[in-house]
This record gives sequence, C-alpha cells and structure tokens, in this order.
Amino acid sequence: MSSFLEIESVHKSFGTNEVLSGVDLHVNEHQVVCLIGASGSGKSTLLRCINGLEPIDGGEIRLDDERVSGRGVDVNWLRQEVGIVFQSFNLFPHMTVLQNVTLAPVKVLGRPKAEARERAMTLLAQIGLADKATEYPDRLSGGQQQRVAIVRALAMGPRLLLLDEITSALDPELVAEVLNIVRGLAEEGMTMLLATHEMGFAREVSTKVCFLDCGVVAEEGPPEQIFSEPTHPRTQSFLRRIIEADRL
Amino acid sequence: MTGALTDRTAASGDTRARPPFRPPVIEAIVWFGLSVVALALLWWAIWFFDGTLNTSGWGLALGRVAEVAVAVLALAVPINGGRGLVAARRSAALARGGDLSSARVAADDFRQAVWYVVGFGLTALVVAFLFWFFGSNDGKVREVLFNWQFPLGHMSDLFRGFWINVKIFTVAEVIVLVWGLLVAVVRLIPGRAGAPLRWLAVAYTDLFRGIPALLVIYLVVFGFPLAKVPLFTSLGRDAQLFWLAVLALSLTYGAYVAEVYRAGLDSIHWSQTAAARSLGLSQAQTLRHVVVPQAVRRIVPPLLNDFIGLQKDTALVSVVGVLDIVNRATILKGQDFNLTYLTGAALVFLVFTIPLTRLTDYLIRRDQARMRAN
Repeated sequence: MSSFLEIESVHKSFGTNEVLSGVDLHVNEHQVVCLIGASGSGKSTLLRCINGLEPIDGGEIRLDDERVSGRGVDVNWLRQEVGIVFQSFNLFPHMTVLQNVTLAPVKVLGRPKAEARERAMTLLAQIGLADKATEYPDRLSGGQQQRVAIVRALAMGPRLLLLDEITSALDPELVAEVLNIVRGLAEEGMTMLLATHEMGFAREVSTKVCFLDCGVVAEEGPPEQIFSEPTHPRTQSFLRRIIEADRL
Repeated sequence: MTGALTDRTAASGDTRARPPFRPPVIEAIVWFGLSVVALALLWWAIWFFDGTLNTSGWGLALGRVAEVAVAVLALAVPINGGRGLVAARRSAALARGGDLSSARVAADDFRQAVWYVVGFGLTALVVAFLFWFFGSNDGKVREVLFNWQFPLGHMSDLFRGFWINVKIFTVAEVIVLVWGLLVAVVRLIPGRAGAPLRWLAVAYTDLFRGIPALLVIYLVVFGFPLAKVPLFTSLGRDAQLFWLAVLALSLTYGAYVAEVYRAGLDSIHWSQTAAARSLGLSQAQTLRHVVVPQAVRRIVPPLLNDFIGLQKDTALVSVVGVLDIVNRATILKGQDFNLTYLTGAALVFLVFTIPLTRLTDYLIRRDQARMRAN
C-alpha cells in the first residue's frame, strides 16, 4: 500500500549549494511527522518543495498517488490540498484578521463572502480569537498572529498541513498557545508534517520523527526510539547538543 | 580575579584618568556676546526696512506692528544667552563650594540655554536677512515682485488660466497612475518569454526619465501636429493642444511614477508572496490583493511628491501656447512691466500644493494608526 505523501529521492540546490540530496520520506494519513535537524539541514526547503513554493531538481513527490512535483502540475490546486504555516506568520498586514482568513476561500475556492466569513468566525472562535476578527495583525501578539495564520491555512480545508518552525519566532511564554492548537489538530486526525526545534513537543505529538542531516533523512523512527536510543552518530551528537542547551 | 575577557587594563592601559570638572564660564560669556550680536543685527535690519516703508495709513500701521512684534520676540535670543551665563556662574560657584554634582547640573542648564541661543539666534539671522532683502534698493523688491494691485485686477483672467492647469494635471495624474503601474508590473514579468517586454519597459523609463520635460513637450505638442500624427489630427485646435500637453506630461511622469511603483513593489517582502501563493492564489491574484495594495500604501509620499512635480510642471505647457495661468501672467507682465502677476501665479500653485501635502501626511498617519499598535 502506498502512503498518502511520498517523497522519493528529492534533490534541490540553490546555485552550487545542494540543500536536499536525495530525501526519502513517507507520511500516512492522520500521521504527525516531525522533521528535526540543525539549522540549514533542509527542513524548511523540503516543506516548501512539497507545497510547490520551490521547484525540485530531481526525484518526485506524490500526494495520494498523484505526481505533484515537476512540470505540468497545477500548483494552485496542490496548494489547496497542502496548507503551510510559516515561522514568521506572514499575515497580510493591510487586512484584518477576518479578511486574512477569508481571502483565499473567496478568491480561490469561489465561496460566497458570507459563507466564508461564517466559516472563518467558527474557526476563530475555536482558537479563542473571535473577538480579534476586525483587528489588524500588527495589533496582535506573536502567538495570536501565528494562531490566525494556522486558521488561515485551515480555512482552505487542506488534507495535509505543513508547519515550518511555527514557534521559533515566538517569545517563550507564547509557544504553548500555538502548540495547543497543533495538539488539538493532531487529536482530530489532521495529517501534519512539521519542522520543529521543540523536541519535547515533537516527542509528545508525533507518530514518527525524522532526523534530517546534510540534505538526507539520516534516521527515522518512532519518537521514543529517536529520542532515547538514536543509532546514527549524527543524531546522537545533535541530540547531545540539544540536551547541553537544556532544550530537551 | 580577572579573566582575559574582562581585563580592562589590556584595553586602555593605566591612562584612563578622568578630566577634572571645569565650569563653562568663558563659553557662556562668548555665547552671550553672540546672542547680543544676533539681536543687534535683526534690530538694525528692521530699522533699515522701516526706512523704506513708503505706504501710509493701515498698511503702515500693520507693518509697524509686525516690526515691533518681531523686534520684541527677538529678545528671546539674548535672554537665553543671559540664562546660560547665569547658569555657568552658578556652576562655578557650586564647584568652588565642592558640590560637583550640582555644578554639573548647572553646567547642563548652560548647555540647554546654548541650544536655545543657537536655534532662536539662527532664526533671527534669517529673519534679519529677509527684512534687509525686502527693504533693499529703497523697497524696489517689494514694488516689482509684491505689488498686489496688479494681479488683483485680473483675477478672473488668471483663474481661467489656472483652470486649464488643473484640467491638465488632473487628467494626466489619472493616466499616470494607471500607466505607471502597468509599466512597473511589466518590469516584473518573470522568465525568458517576458524578456522583450521587460526591455521595452526599461527602455521607456530610461528614455523619458532622462529627457527634460520641456523637450518632450516641444517634441509632442509641436511635433505631432506638424507630422500629422493620426488620432490627434481630428481634434479641434484647443482640444488637440490640451490632449497633446496631457500626453507629453503623462509620458514624462509615467516614467517617474513607474519607478516609484517598482520601488514599492520591490519593498514588499517575498514572504508575503509566498504566503499568498501557498494559499492557492495565482500570481495575478497575489499582485492584485496582496502586493499592490501594500505597495501603494508605502509609496503614497513619493507618489505625491511626483504629483506635486507634475502640477508645477503644467507651467511648462505655456511655452507651446496653451493659455494657462503662467502664459496669461507673462502676457500681463509684458503689458504692465510688473512681475507681481507671476508671484500671484506662484501663490495660486501654492494654494493647491500645500493642502495636498498636508492631506497626504494626514492619510499616512491615519493608515499607520489603523494598522499598527501604539
């Protein structure tokens, strides 16, 4: 049986710098897969390739058995299926929270405005931000902005959600409110692939952890195994540094 | 216990003696002297100006009131010089008494007073120059440039001319707004297929930013009718003149505004595009809903700057025979040998441009207040 998301020996270079040198990764439906690894190991690039924001140089990505990388792919359709949330939120500063959330459903899916607004309000209410619907993003805290960004992606009804270090730009006391939403999504069975530095969270929420190093998946397995008995020496030294920094 | 990271003597040796405190008495005397000189210069200029006043009645009374008011206000300069002197002497006394901390506070009072002497004093000098200028040559300057009787007698004629300027810049501004954006967006077309279009846009902006507007006006407004360029020949003479003037100014300012737009579009961080595209918006939708709205907000000040330039440059069309305000003022000047007509025309332009800048400042502030916390 094939997986929901299949990444087969994906290569990606920026100029002479090869960031991904043959990444293989499978994600099943309702799985939460965490990508860990040092900065520059290619986590973000991989997520951006899956979403079609970066074209890949070699290999193939398939979603539900359909090729979604390379030429001739309808990226606008792909992005309706695969949502992404960024480290720096990237909300549209000239739009209110509600406008941020309804823009794509109205313009891309052609939903009637009233309906899109209703759905957006339901989503905002679930994350406790219904009262901020008419505020502009700059008036919200980082944690609130990131929660809105998650809702903006969810409003498109994606089947796969990519989370790119979504708590890295947040003050420590704001991390929990964002992670709680991700936890809730995991419980609801949302398929997610997340790049993260929050090892404790990765250990708790994920079904599978992948250690990315030098552009390849150096080791993967269930969280207990990766965090307790890593076999690859690179994984061991990476986790040792994390423990030294008191982050695990 | 000192480690290598915190070793101070290695950085500076043992020569970091603190200089002793010295009360700024001599400086204070110099500054007080300068403040008195500034006052004296201004008072002399006012007296000189007063000698050239050749009016009587209300005009004279009003002028005198203004002179006295300025003369009295100017006292602020030596008053602050005196304050500085007092503070410096207080500082010296405190230092002698051993209260160095209070002496430093008094010395700071002196420095504050000096800033007032500098700010008010330089202003006084500029005002003194203006009084001298407008009084020079026995007030001839005022008579030639500021004799309001002349333009006041021909207001309706001048305003009829200005109405043409208004029509030209209003139409041209609308055209330039759309045309400039179009050129800027064409320059953003990606890929090799779009290269020729990009080159065209670059060539256009380089060309028309580099040619003086006056030459473009000559070439278009004189050249097109001579060459019988189709499209324009069917218009009547006045309409043809008007539309060709609009075309010439739009071509020139379209190039400037395209560059402003481009800077604005470039200034929107690529992550905004990434976010929009990741939601499934197409390239065009991303431009339309995300990039352009943000860019336009940012470029309002430089855009307005170019619009003020455009409004002023409508004066250039007078050289090709459009009966705008400048042309009419020039004709009247020739009849009466008085330049106040042109000063009047200048004032009419100001009445338009100054409120516009104020309005934009207000719009920018309101927008920022709405989008930003605090």
